[in-house]
Amino acid sequence: MDAVQVREVSKTFRLRHDKSLKQTAVARLRGRPTAGDDFTALDAVSLRVVQGESVALLGHNGSGKSTLLKLVSGVLRPDTGTVRVRGRIAGLIEVGAGFHPDLTGRENVHLNAAILGMDAATTRARFDEIVAFSEIERFIDTEVKFYSSGMFLRLAFAVAVHTDPEVFLVDEILAVGDEPFQRKCLARIADLRAEGRTLVIVSHDLDRMVDVCDRGVVLERGRMVVDGPVRDAVDHLRAT
Amino acid sequence: MTAPASAAEGDAGASGMVEPGRGLGLLDVLRRRHLLALLVRKELRVRYRGSVLGLAWSYVKPAVQFGVFFFALGEFLQQRASLPPFALYLFSGIVVINLFSEGFANATRAVTGNAPLVKKIYLPRELFPVSSIWVALVHFVPQLVVLLVAALALGWRPAPVELSLAVLAVLVVVTLSLGLGLLFGALNVAYRDLENVVDLITMVAVWFSPVLYPWTLVRESLGEGSVLLWLYQHNPLTIAVELFHRAFWFPVQTAPPGAWEIPPNLVVAGVGALAFSLAVLVVGQAVFRRLEGRFAQEL
Repeated sequence: MDAVQVREVSKTFRLRHDKSLKQTAVARLRGRPTAGDDFTALDAVSLRVVQGESVALLGHNGSGKSTLLKLVSGVLRPDTGTVRVRGRIAGLIEVGAGFHPDLTGRENVHLNAAILGMDAATTRARFDEIVAFSEIERFIDTEVKFYSSGMFLRLAFAVAVHTDPEVFLVDEILAVGDEPFQRKCLARIADLRAEGRTLVIVSHDLDRMVDVCDRGVVLERGRMVVDGPVRDAVDHLRAT
Repeated sequence: MTAPASAAEGDAGASGMVEPGRGLGLLDVLRRRHLLALLVRKELRVRYRGSVLGLAWSYVKPAVQFGVFFFALGEFLQQRASLPPFALYLFSGIVVINLFSEGFANATRAVTGNAPLVKKIYLPRELFPVSSIWVALVHFVPQLVVLLVAALALGWRPAPVELSLAVLAVLVVVTLSLGLGLLFGALNVAYRDLENVVDLITMVAVWFSPVLYPWTLVRESLGEGSVLLWLYQHNPLTIAVELFHRAFWFPVQTAPPGAWEIPPNLVVAGVGALAFSLAVLVVGQAVFRRLEGRFAQEL
């Protein structure tokens, strides 16, 4: 059964220069085109991910990986083509996006868990587990603005991996914390995989992708150029 | 993958799949009440961060505003004799306008103010304007408490008619500010000018409704049967303010005859204002949903 279906999806961004009504009006009056430069982030990309698969999305900067992930998570909508998903999606597009510096760690855990779709009872039940995973028990009632960046990321990651999505979208978050914590994160990802969750991971850490994923997809300037075993994808990317 | 056979198979497998990022709008907000409650709490915490008085500020601000109006208009301009108890007349109107202004202004900034979230994670985006309206309601409560205490001290006693008129007024204002907030908030993503337009609207709202003077003055000046008077009287805020006057000030007023009268068909007007506000909400939601797909890339 498919967990994600992306069909012939294209996405173009207009890099707009005009931000206010006045600027738009002035530009019109002067005969300068109000349209900015167009940038094609994705060009007719199709991708099907079967439930339980773990897919590495690879490509150089600006190849459209993050745009694809945002389309699957629903943050962006495709210009043409369709995106469909099955089950609850959690996008770790950026760790800690829902964190607020003026709230304590505890408040942020509750808020972020709710943002990622967990209900109140589940959050309470998993709270201790989340805090233990993040290893910041002592500072959980401190405001997050006083956290070091490592502590912040650890807590955010802990919340994210304890939500219960069927499809996990992960954007470049495996580089979180120190070596022991990274090992813990990878172990957790391996658990999620073993539980049969679907993973779509964006990363530049090619060696790690070979360990974590079965399948590799390479994007090049918005077009899909490789879709096969992750090792082939990595080899292709290294060759370019 | 583009072969017809596999496309058909894909369609068969598509049952139970949904398009991400397309929700049911305000209905989704009902389903995510837990998150809504946390967003409201966050907003309140952040608003009063590092302040000693905290939420007490929501008592201080209207009290000061009230004091300024009371002295400037009641004492210096001698309005106090015309609509006694003038303090109650003023305050019952001001709280209505405060609720509208805060709800509308904050809802307009709700999407742009939560840009990091909107850009990174898909949520029903209506959550943000709705939570702004809730925050405005939380700030409305202390003002209502002050109003009730003042009214009770002046001999006002709660009765079903008065209370239902007040509830009707609050419904009108909440619906209207959410509808306008969705509309202006969605447009504000592309054109930040809208924030300033909204500031202008909330600035004049207090003068385009009978908060600081009796509506009968407007009738005298514009003349019975004029279009402007009709517009003034059908302004939902005018109606909401008059509902509050009727509910909290009228029962204890000691104004000389002819200084004030209940606007004609006030209850019908109130129901009409609610219907109009619901229409604004429908339009606001429609525009919001139309533009929502572009929020993440335009912020």
